[in-house]
Amino acid sequence: MTTYYSKDHEWISVDGGIATIGITSYAQEQLGDVVYVELPDAGTELAQGDEAGVVESVKAASEVYAPIDGEVVEANEALSDEPGKVNEDPEGAAWFLKMKVGNESQLAELLDEAGYKAFVESL
Amino acid sequence: MAMATEVTELMQTPLHDLHLELGARMVPFAGYTMPVQYQNGILAEHLHTRSKAGLFDVSHMGQLVLVGPDHETTAHALEALTPSSFVDLPRGRQRYSVLLNREGGVIDDLMVTRPETDAEDGRLYLVVNAARKEVDIAHFRKNLQDAVKLEVIEDRALIAVQGPEAVNAVAAHAPQAADLAFMSACSTQFDGIDCHVGRAGYTGEDGVELSVPAGAAEPIARALLADERIDAVGLGARDSLRLEAGLCLYGHDLDETTSPVEASIIFCMQKRRLEEGGFPGADRIQRELKNGPGRVRIGVRLNGGVPARNGAEIAQPDGPVIGTVTSGGFCPVVGAPVAMGYVPAGFAKTGTGLELIVRNRRLPATVSDMPFVSNRYYRKSNP
Repeated sequence: MTTYYSKDHEWISVDGGIATIGITSYAQEQLGDVVYVELPDAGTELAQGDEAGVVESVKAASEVYAPIDGEVVEANEALSDEPGKVNEDPEGAAWFLKMKVGNESQLAELLDEAGYKAFVESL
Repeated sequence: MAMATEVTELMQTPLHDLHLELGARMVPFAGYTMPVQYQNGILAEHLHTRSKAGLFDVSHMGQLVLVGPDHETTAHALEALTPSSFVDLPRGRQRYSVLLNREGGVIDDLMVTRPETDAEDGRLYLVVNAARKEVDIAHFRKNLQDAVKLEVIEDRALIAVQGPEAVNAVAAHAPQAADLAFMSACSTQFDGIDCHVGRAGYTGEDGVELSVPAGAAEPIARALLADERIDAVGLGARDSLRLEAGLCLYGHDLDETTSPVEASIIFCMQKRRLEEGGFPGADRIQRELKNGPGRVRIGVRLNGGVPARNGAEIAQPDGPVIGTVTSGGFCPVVGAPVAMGYVPAGFAKTGTGLELIVRNRRLPATVSDMPFVSNRYYRKSNP
């Protein structure tokens, strides 16, 4: 299993051709208290950069973008009932969606953990 | 995740260093860098204000004084620009008002205080919105009668303390605060420092606003925050608190096209003024009061969990768009999303079913009475 990061503050954990995607701890801190999460239906085909969902915090709505091409295979329904999980465990239990990796070459363009850490420090 | 960044020259309030020390997240607001939240976050800060007390730095707001030879002259000068009555405002009392343009639209909403002492009579102390300060100052300079001058106070901070424990906590340092009736003010001392205290605020809670010398703002704020009942609260919770209290935010729920009748803030206009007219936009306002306004501000509760924010369209169920949301978000005490917006008067009745359009989806909502939570202003008869 390899974990990648995007400059849109998402993490992408790839295992056996399936990418599990969520938002980073830095992102949830910036958003503040999450009160609603909207996720795509299984079967939705997304291209890299498409809107994959929306996180609503007390402050504002923020889009979640598909970091790679692929078909959505599962959305984390638990977040509908407990959106606050995004603040508690953003890089674990509060994953957003799972996608089939549609284009492996796009993974190479993403950041690794050290690269993402350096990116956040540069902000 | 989409994240906006912005770099501009921003002003700082006298409490800037304290905000940073308290771990505030600072954001640009109306030309200032202001704390949107501290470490506990907006939800916790909101709930703490409703259960105990919150301290808000509102030093970015404009503090102005109209100075005339006597109260009547100054009050008439302000009456010429507003639909409110000030001639009869008793000493030491406060009144919420609006500056109107010639079309009866709201230039700004403001709090007006008549000082309680002889020495200060002829002065009216105003607090205006940060984002409208420059517009208001220009408007006063252009339109004030010659006998009355505008002074802009640059050397004072403004600290709001709001919540059920607020007045008790402030009174430990400024005992006179406890004797004030709602919408009353006095000059007093806070731990020996001269300050003005008004028993008002913008959260729907009992509380006070303290106008203090800029140099004393930090010791006063520290003294208050040392009280375990008081937590620092940022602009994020200030917004959710005022929304839950059904109060208008200028630039969202009020603007230069909106009349006080449409905005349902008729209480800022006193009977004598409405009968006599003689204020900007009086024709429109008298007509709207007689025939009803074309559109009116409503509160709505969403039936689901998705917040509808400023700009979302309001539609009839399965029908056409009839209005727009001007403020909206998640309300922590209600525990659900609420919104305010404008619709034709025929759709404003409590219980009316509507739809709010968010990301092309129609969300069911119901017209609700405001405030969304009952306010807890302090009530006692004025001595």
